Amino acid sequence: MASPKSSPADAAALHGPEVTRRDFLFVATGAVAAVGAAAAVWPFVHQMNPAADVLALSSIEVNLSAVEVGQAITVKWRGKPVFIRRRTPAEIEAAREAPLGELPDPQADKDRVKDGKAEWLILVGVCTHLGCIPLGQKPGDQRGDFGGWFCPCHGSHYDTSGRIRKGPAPRNLVVPEYSFVSDTLVRVG
Amino acid sequence: MSSASHNGPSPFNNPVIKWIDTRLPIFSYIEKEYHTFPTPRNFNYFWNFGAISMIMLVTMIVTGIVLAMHYTPHVDYAFNSVERIMRDVNYGWMLRYLHMNGASFFFIAVYVHIFRGLYYGSYKQPRELLWILGVVILLLMMATAFMGYVLPWGQMSFWGATVITNLFSAIPFVGESIVTWLWGGFAVDNPTLNRFFALHYLLPFVIVGVVGLHVVALHVVGSNNPTGIEPKGPRDTLPFHPYYTMKDGFGLTVFLLFYLGFTFFAPNFFGEVDNYVQANPLVTPEHIVPEWYFLPFYAILRAVPDKLLGVLAMFGAIAVLFILPWLDRSKVRSATFRPIYKVFFWVFALDCLILGWLGANPAEGAFIWMSRIATAYYFFHFVVLLPLLSKIETPSPLPASIADAVLSKNKAAPVAAE
Repeated sequence: MASPKSSPADAAALHGPEVTRRDFLFVATGAVAAVGAAAAVWPFVHQMNPAADVLALSSIEVNLSAVEVGQAITVKWRGKPVFIRRRTPAEIEAAREAPLGELPDPQADKDRVKDGKAEWLILVGVCTHLGCIPLGQKPGDQRGDFGGWFCPCHGSHYDTSGRIRKGPAPRNLVVPEYSFVSDTLVRVG
Repeated sequence: MSSASHNGPSPFNNPVIKWIDTRLPIFSYIEKEYHTFPTPRNFNYFWNFGAISMIMLVTMIVTGIVLAMHYTPHVDYAFNSVERIMRDVNYGWMLRYLHMNGASFFFIAVYVHIFRGLYYGSYKQPRELLWILGVVILLLMMATAFMGYVLPWGQMSFWGATVITNLFSAIPFVGESIVTWLWGGFAVDNPTLNRFFALHYLLPFVIVGVVGLHVVALHVVGSNNPTGIEPKGPRDTLPFHPYYTMKDGFGLTVFLLFYLGFTFFAPNFFGEVDNYVQANPLVTPEHIVPEWYFLPFYAILRAVPDKLLGVLAMFGAIAVLFILPWLDRSKVRSATFRPIYKVFFWVFALDCLILGWLGANPAEGAFIWMSRIATAYYFFHFVVLLPLLSKIETPSPLPASIADAVLSKNKAAPVAAE
């Protein structure tokens, strides 16, 4: 202290290094204040998380009855495109025969579709590299070297199971949580 | 606990702090202004309210920025976006209630701070500019609070905005054009809401700037104190830290108990139910009242039968504060030593409370005459009474020093080891 006066604060300097009751009170008060401040900060952080109305819209139902074999549709789910492709037998075959050992992110095709619904491939249509939307949904689109999807931003090639085969993307296209409500109705989310 | 490293002429041992401080002396500044700063030793709890106001300003800015992340300033969406904040946004109800009640408690803190200054003569030489900056802050706060109240786009928002902007139509010749300019149209509508939102976001940062000047001015002339006499030496002062950081911290904690008590247990106590009805430009609510902190000024506005003079009186009620340092010429600052002023201070405080009560009541019958008397007294106090008292009042003898004043109250206390 610059002041020559005695004060509780520099009393510590006068009575030496021993721990006093005042030290305990000081640390205890500080600890309670720190916990209180942390608790008060949480609402200010949490307010930026999805609000109740956003979460309430987080699942959608899609009618598949109009989708022919070989066709693909894109629906919006949680602000992102979801690719739904009704695969041809050849595409399913190609996906099953891919050598797992050579895949950057190995996963069997059967683990990416529902049992008995192998023709329906449902993916989040966002490239796992930097978030672009791969081409391959429309008939005229470039589909890359493996007949699935091709991301035009940095050249990632996905196969007919939506797995990364070539290019900078680190992981396969994400399979969202979904379930078949009936043969022609799927619930995503 | 302040560490021993703060002793001596070079207070910083940490090489990083030392490196920064020799290039940009922020640490020296904090050390000088908030640690060793010599502060009168005799503050009472009324001296907490500057620091409390500062914390409330920060609280309002933080909650306000967060609310702006969810609010939509459009007439079709504003009301619903506020309801969405209340129902769907995580902790949105709490953030909005903190902001709503924060406005009231910010004004409570500032009004206590102002009346503290009035009682102890904190506006007198050499603190005139400090006081004037404070009045500027009050005006900015009023503008900010008014525009903030419009944003939820309830009935009170809309009609409050209509009434207050129409005040400017009282200006001769150009009044109507000014009001159209303020509205951006021919009534309070979407352009008005948009610009009020922009300004409501801007003005708090202007307040921060003026508060900065207020604090700089304070640290040049030093704090006033309950005796109103200047500290004459080290016997009269204490270092700001830990003495007044602790005292401010304690006062702040008690203040926050009340603020949060209302926020959590009576969040709509200060509000108007009509503001939970969406704005309707075709129907005026039966009884329009501004927020409580504007009520005394609203009463003054309505007390004067002429439109232009009413508006002038209302703004004059604040403008008169700017020249207060030159209306009260008494050399003695503190009302403690001014037997007559002390009485009239309380009469004036009561008059302000009565004006507030009148502002909340409809402008009819006896209320009109009471408003006129209370308004006349408000100006009488400043314009007639204070200059007169400066001449005729005999102050009681002042203590020789702050330390003497403190010790004469409590002879048992030692003057601290010197």
